[in-house]
Amino acid sequence: MRVVVVGAGVAGLVTAIHLAERGASVEVLERGARLGESACAWAAGGMIAPWCEAETGEEEAARLGPEALDWWPRQIDEVAVEGTLVVASRRDQAELSRFSRRTDHFEWADAARVAELEPDLAGRFERALFFPEEAHVDPRAALPALQRRFEALGGRIRLGAAANPDDIDADAVVDCRGFGARDALKELRGVRGEMVLLRTDEVSLKRPVRLLHPRIALYVIPRADHVFMIGATAIESASRAKISARSAVELINGAYALHSAFGEAEVVETCAEVRPSFPDNLPRVVRDGRVVRVNGLYRNGFLLSPTFGRLAADAVFELEKSSEADRQRLAS
Amino acid sequence: MDKLSFYGTEISSRLLLGTAQYPSPQVLAEAVRASGAEIVTVSLRRESGRLREGQDFWGLIQGLGCKVLPNTAGCHSVQEAVTTAQMAREVFGTPWVKLEVIGDADTLQPDVFGLVEAAKILSDDGFQVFPYTTADLVAAEKLLEAGCQVLMPWGAPIGTGMGLNDVYALRSLRAHFPDVPLVVDAGIGRPSHAAEAMELGYDAILLNTAVSKAGDPVGMARAFGKAIEAGREGFLAVPIEPRDMAAPSTPVFGRATFG
Repeated sequence: MRVVVVGAGVAGLVTAIHLAERGASVEVLERGARLGESACAWAAGGMIAPWCEAETGEEEAARLGPEALDWWPRQIDEVAVEGTLVVASRRDQAELSRFSRRTDHFEWADAARVAELEPDLAGRFERALFFPEEAHVDPRAALPALQRRFEALGGRIRLGAAANPDDIDADAVVDCRGFGARDALKELRGVRGEMVLLRTDEVSLKRPVRLLHPRIALYVIPRADHVFMIGATAIESASRAKISARSAVELINGAYALHSAFGEAEVVETCAEVRPSFPDNLPRVVRDGRVVRVNGLYRNGFLLSPTFGRLAADAVFELEKSSEADRQRLAS
Repeated sequence: MDKLSFYGTEISSRLLLGTAQYPSPQVLAEAVRASGAEIVTVSLRRESGRLREGQDFWGLIQGLGCKVLPNTAGCHSVQEAVTTAQMAREVFGTPWVKLEVIGDADTLQPDVFGLVEAAKILSDDGFQVFPYTTADLVAAEKLLEAGCQVLMPWGAPIGTGMGLNDVYALRSLRAHFPDVPLVVDAGIGRPSHAAEAMELGYDAILLNTAVSKAGDPVGMARAFGKAIEAGREGFLAVPIEPRDMAAPSTPVFGRATFG
């Protein structure tokens, strides 16, 4: 079976791997000239944190997340299973209690435990929540790793190849264009996310740290080479304009509140991207003739793509079964 | 029927619901339906207003079938608030605006001086202003002079859920302005807080966080709808006066005696 996947973001690559593993001959077409160049995953946090995500009311995340925790380490080596630490400033302690009420798979950490987990945060927080089973990846390492994995399975990626899924000749086409598929998916909307990359060698962290705040969901994720990703805003807008001054102030302020050394850090990069989202903020797999569309991964690209990639692959193979049945009906 | 009117527009529901911070637009839509609210407030970030790329969400808000009350949330100066209001009028095609001019970043307390100034500019420009204010009587008087025909005093600082922090001040505001529609805006945490404000004779309640951040936003929206109706009916039915000594609710004389 010959399948073409359009879009080499996290949804496209994960779906392509599912298909290739199940024996399809898969080609991925990506409009960007470089992997990640036009994927919102490039700007993502890369957290595989089903229980932290469940806090925002997305119970699906907690239900489906364990599949992702199982899938990622089997596919690529670039996965860190270090858990997530959730903290709040003294004035926002109510937020920590609220967070704990709405999720599970965590343990309460006192000051001594916080110091043990993250020595650089010693003395800064008296209470925290620790989610030991959660994982994270650096999207900028994970996408190339997914590409290698896909190619090892015999798949092929063509960069700089913009394509309309409805015009492609193949047994099946999987549309993984993210917000680019808006013409085909009327309910899709953009939710703008902004982030900042800071570099400092004065702080080191082992795992993503979430700082609870009544207005913004802020997290600091350690990357290689003393770089930290500070994310992320969620603004109801499909604008890809550069980060706003207000968002930059809020994000950097949040990092500074976590550790004052971030005040002296180098701003390596700022970034604004658009997350493709449906009205319930949950992903969907939609079949449209020979085209299967996977979209609406919202803030959960790394967390939910293993499940929805699998569902998309199911839909593709259903397609094969039904066309086989059609052929037999015609032949008889 | 006990009707409420803002700037000549009759409203049946006495709950005004904010649209921020819901788990998803779908939950928001269900919460609005469950609450019975006819007016929703929506804030406009100036950056997205300029770029016209927030249209999806605004379209969704307009699709709720409610009257939209745009707000100037997060504005810290008169100029910011006026610019945001003008943009909101263009986007939503309504002269209504909930005017917020924040004076303190920690308490998000209204800057009443800036508020009065902005209210005057906007009223003169044809806006129908719903000012988010404190319970201060003099500020209220100045807002009415500036052209406001509705007042929206806080119950407690925005997002705190503390309820009515100063019942005396709210009672006194109600007594001073018996004919002005008064809406308690901000600080409400539980349905009982909303009912309490309604029992004081307030005309309506505006809230957001208490619903959007509740464990079950849709259930909480429904609960608020009921509490606000109950509080209003209780107010209209004239509650009894509290008294120090017990008063038996069954007559003592003329009881049947046995044995």
